[in-house]
Order: sequence, then structure tokens, then C-alpha cells
Amino acid sequence: MDVATENKKISTELSDWYFSSRDRLMASSSSLINAYRPEAMEVFRELGIPDQKQENYKYTNIGKSFLMPFRKYIEPKKILFSVEDLFHCDIPDLDTEVVLLVNGWYYENQNQLQTLDNGMIIGSMAVAAQKYPDLVKEHYGKYVDFRTDGLLALNTAFAQDGTFIYVPKNAGSNQAVQIVNLLLSPEDLFVQHRNLVIVEEGAQAVVVVCDHTLSGNKFLTNAVTEVFVGANAHVEFYKVQNEHNDSQQVATTHFHQERDSHVNFNTVTLHGGLIRNNVYAKLNGKGADNNTLGLFLADQNQHVDSYTFIDHAVADCTSNQNYKGILDDKATGVFAGKILVRQEAQRTTAYQTNNNICLTDEARMKTKPILEIYADDVKCSHGATVGQLDENALFYMQSRGISCRESRLLLMYAFGHEILKKVTISPLRDRLDDLVEKRLRGELSRCNSCSLHCQ
Amino acid sequence: MLKIRNLHALIEGKEILKGINLEVNAGEVHAIMGPNGSGKSTLAAVLAGREIFKVTEGSVEYNGKDLLDMAPENRAHEGIFLGFQYPVEIPGVSMVNFMRTALNEKRKYFDQEPIKSSDFLKIMREKKALVEIDSGLTNRSVNEGFSGGEKKRNEIFQMAMLEPELSILDETDSGLDIDALKTVAQGVNMLKNEHNATVVITHYQRLLDYIVPDFVHVLYDGRIVTSGTKELALELEEKGYDWIKEQF
Repeated sequence: MDVATENKKISTELSDWYFSSRDRLMASSSSLINAYRPEAMEVFRELGIPDQKQENYKYTNIGKSFLMPFRKYIEPKKILFSVEDLFHCDIPDLDTEVVLLVNGWYYENQNQLQTLDNGMIIGSMAVAAQKYPDLVKEHYGKYVDFRTDGLLALNTAFAQDGTFIYVPKNAGSNQAVQIVNLLLSPEDLFVQHRNLVIVEEGAQAVVVVCDHTLSGNKFLTNAVTEVFVGANAHVEFYKVQNEHNDSQQVATTHFHQERDSHVNFNTVTLHGGLIRNNVYAKLNGKGADNNTLGLFLADQNQHVDSYTFIDHAVADCTSNQNYKGILDDKATGVFAGKILVRQEAQRTTAYQTNNNICLTDEARMKTKPILEIYADDVKCSHGATVGQLDENALFYMQSRGISCRESRLLLMYAFGHEILKKVTISPLRDRLDDLVEKRLRGELSRCNSCSLHCQ
Repeated sequence: MLKIRNLHALIEGKEILKGINLEVNAGEVHAIMGPNGSGKSTLAAVLAGREIFKVTEGSVEYNGKDLLDMAPENRAHEGIFLGFQYPVEIPGVSMVNFMRTALNEKRKYFDQEPIKSSDFLKIMREKKALVEIDSGLTNRSVNEGFSGGEKKRNEIFQMAMLEPELSILDETDSGLDIDALKTVAQGVNMLKNEHNATVVITHYQRLLDYIVPDFVHVLYDGRIVTSGTKELALELEEKGYDWIKEQF
């Protein structure tokens, strides 16, 4: 069967599943989430699973990921054992509010919607949509455009639960919200969660998302997160991906930024079989500033594809993208970074850098800048490199007594640290430094925080 | 300490060293001079273990061991130090981390515990003072953004930290102004004792005013064509290398 036929078949199966479970889907969710479903399904039926003929998915055969017979659920399946006993994702010295998402569902044994002292609300997306319909309605589905990508449409058609975070005007603290996405199932699973983060004017938020797999099954995730960043608001958003290599993930994060807002977004990818990260940022108010960074370490047959789209919609905004990758064995990587400077976006400053190291002859990296500039008074630059470890530096270090292996590690670590040093929260930075070093040394087992040790 | 016998080496099929014979004993300072392209830097690189050079013939004995059989890092542990003509910039690796790792790798080689942080910092302070290197430099990435003179001074600083038995300084004087040259030479002289030896590779006699050699060798076309005392260097300075080229 050729790819087009395969994709068609998958799309038909998924839409059949939608129609057969539509009533239960609708009954389980708030009407504001349901309101998007019919059109999203229609768009999905039209666009289907993206194939490699589409420019944005040229180097990633995402359809292949959908071929396996994954189980799909429209209500959370009971997990028979206590997740708390199994898992702790510790960041020493970091004051965090930890919430768990298990297989895409807000974990049932925790407060479904809690309000902190500063007015911040954290909880289940499904529950928030029922309890705060006006608030959710104002933002839900307003930023991600599902008409542009079949997978966004698919997520919107099936969205039920995920994490909801609301930070009211001028509120905020240094306390981070840590969302731990756990995949734990006795069968191969397809998961689609939908998350919404609302950070109102002048507010501050720190969000750390950690993706983990706790059982050896195959997993496929198609997740969407929308982040609204109000005027003068400041958001630090970190993603740590550490799923096992039988897992596949498409994760879309969309930032909508108003006037003078700041976003620092940093994705650190340690493990995972196939990973496609989409980052969209729309700079919608003057003076908005966006920093999007990423570091991935890939070996064996891992495939990591990063797609970014920074949309300078208005004047006087700044953006800076810096992505790095280290590829070993037969790993493959992709970086496609788009910067759109619209006609009215004068005095835009937009930078993009992508540097990669291939450690073997078989590792492959594709990198592609896409700059579309319609304004005439702009500062834009982009640069991309794919190279090897510096032989001269290796010999220099060896001549000082540092072994070849240790020299390589030091060089790789130094290469990656350029991304990690931008993490502003020092306990988190130290933890990430530690994780990356362990990963480079091959000491980071995919389940190092789990007592099950399932392999 | 070091016995080089009939050493031949090539790179990309081209023979650069064509039978070097040299013996260096503890307490001695040797200068190797010669025109460009004579093989001076190749000799230094081969002794330090650079793999792009292939040794085809001859032997190098170092403290009774076969030097050519050792990995570059083990040569360093055994006491060989190469001062680079062009020190390499290593962005992201701090001087502190670099030196600590180097010292600890050596300790590991001799089955010793890693050095205590406080001891390490104390040694750093002492050696920095000894070679008069700016504290700011050691807080930065290795050689990154250093001036030519700072890079050379950093080589001597590393030499002081590692306390080698045999230091091979490859064109340490190139790119140095007279003040920097004096400081570097002063560092070398202070580190010198009866147990260690120094091989200074240089194109010009100038450095030898400050680091006084016991022996001077002239390398030409891959061979040591003549050896003598420090007066030979003065003669070379006067007559130039053409005199050697004509003679050999």
C-alpha cells in the first residue's frame, strides 16, 4: 500500500471512530469544547494525516506512526496502582506545584480544580470548561488554527481533557507549575490531550512540562497546548521530553502574545522514538518579545523534528530562536524555522540560529530556515550549521590528559549548555544540566525515576 | 629521560621526519631551531601523540617506556606536555573545569582520589600568580576570545598546573611582544628544576636570550643536521638559515 492510500485508510478509521463515539464525546464535555468538534472533524477529513508531500512534514513520515493498532479511549481508564508510589520527578530546591496527567487525563486522585492564594487556578481542562465557561471560551481554540494542519484538527475534534492554568491579572509568583505527563498502560495507546494556559495582563507564570513513559508499551501522543500571554505578562515555559524510544509524539505549543509580553520557551529532548515539536508564536502586540530555544540529544534510530513559526503580526517586536542538536548512531533530525514578518510589522528584530553535531557518518540532520518578510524596516538573520566535534579541540584536551571519551563528553556538554544556560531558574537549570550530562554519558535510563524498571 | 632513535613520520603519504635522533636528560633545556617546513612542529606533535601523523620507522623511549605505544592522554599523565603553537579555543568549557578534569584524570591514572575543591582552587591561585595570568582569563572558556599573548601565557599556566617532566614548547614565542615573551620565559625558568626537562622549538634566537638552552639542534628537511651549545643559535642568527641549506 502506498503512503497516500495508507494515510487515507488511517484518516477513515479515525473519522469512523469519531462518528461512532460522537455522542459519548459530546456528553463528556462542555458545550464550548464540543462546539469546535464538527468543523474540526470536517477539516480533518479533508486534510487527513499530513504526508511528506506537505512542505512542513517533508522529512517526517508521521503517517507511519498511526499505522499501529493503538487503543483509544474516550473516558479515562482506571489505573490500578498508585502513581504517587511509582513516580517522583524531582527537581531539588525548586518550589513547584506538581500536577499529573495520566494518559492525557487529569489524574483523578488530585484536586480537579484548585485555586491558590494568589488567585491562580490549576486543574483539569474538562472541569475548568464546565466551571469557568466564560473564561475558557474566551481563549479555547482561539489561537491554534486547526485549518492549517490535519493533526491540529484531529486533536480539536477529540479534545476532552488536559491541564488548565489560569493566572489572573498582575498575579504570579516564582512558584512553578510542573505538569508531569505520564504514559502508563498495559496496552498500546493513542493519547490526545489539550491544554490551556491563560496568563493575564501583568501576570507571571513558570510552567515546566515533563513527558515520561512508565510502561514499555507503544504510545502515540498528539497534544496541543494554547498559551495566552497578556500585555506585560511574563511566561517561562519549559518542556523536558523523556519518553522511551517506542513512543511517538506530536506536540504543538502555541503562544499568543500581547503588548510588551515576554516568553521564554525551552524544549529539552532527551529520549523518545519519534518526536515532532511544533511551536507557534504570534506576536500580536507591540513590544512583545519571544525566545524559543531547543536542545535535542538523539541516538539509535530516534527522529526529532522541530518546526517553529514565529509570526510578527505587529511592529516593534523581537524574537530569537536558538536550536541545537546532537545526533549519534543512525539518529535523524529536522529543524524548520519560519519567521513571518507582516507588512505592518516594522522595526521587527528576529533572529534564528540552528547548530547541530553529527557524531557518526550515518546520523542525518536537515535544517531549513524559512523567512517571509513583507515589512521593509527589519533586522532579521538566520544561520545554520551541521558539523562534527572539533578534532583540534579533542587533541588539545587529550594532550592535557583528558581521555578521548571524556573530551568528547565535555565538548558535547559545552555545545548543549549554550541552550541550558538560558534557563533562568537555577534549580531547574542545574537539574537539566545534570540530566543532559547523564544522557550524554548513557546513564539516563528512560525510567530512572520509576521503581518499576520495566524495560 | 627521552631517547628518540631514527624517527620517521609521514602525513598523507608525505614523509616529514626522516630519521630524527635526539636524547634529552633531566635538568636539560634543548632548543630545536630550523627554517619553516623543516619538521619542528611535526616532531612536537608526534611526541604528544597526534594521530594524523604516522610513524613508519624508529622508536621513542620515555623513562624506559615505549612512548609511541601510549595514547595522548597517557603520555600527558606520564609527564609529557605540549605547549601549542596555536592553542585551541574551546567555547563552553571553562578553564576551571578543563584544569580540574585534567588534574583528576591524571590522579585517576595513578589510582588517586579526585582532588578536593579547596586544594584545587589553592593550586590555581598559586600558579596564576606564578605565571602572572589575569584571573579574568581563567574564569572564561578555554582560550575563547584570548589574544595571542594571552593564549601563550595560558599554555604556560597549564604547564604550571600539570607539572610535567618533559615540556615541549612549540613556537611559544610566535606572536608575542617582548614583555609577554619575558613573562612566558620567566614562567618556564621558574618551573625548571633538576628533575624536569624542556624542549623549546623556535624559529628565532630571540627567545633563547631568556630561556638559555644547554643544547641547540638544527632541524632541516626532517633531520637534525647539526647540534651544539647556545653559541650555535647566535651563529644561526648571524648567518641565517641559508647557511644551513647550502651546507646540507
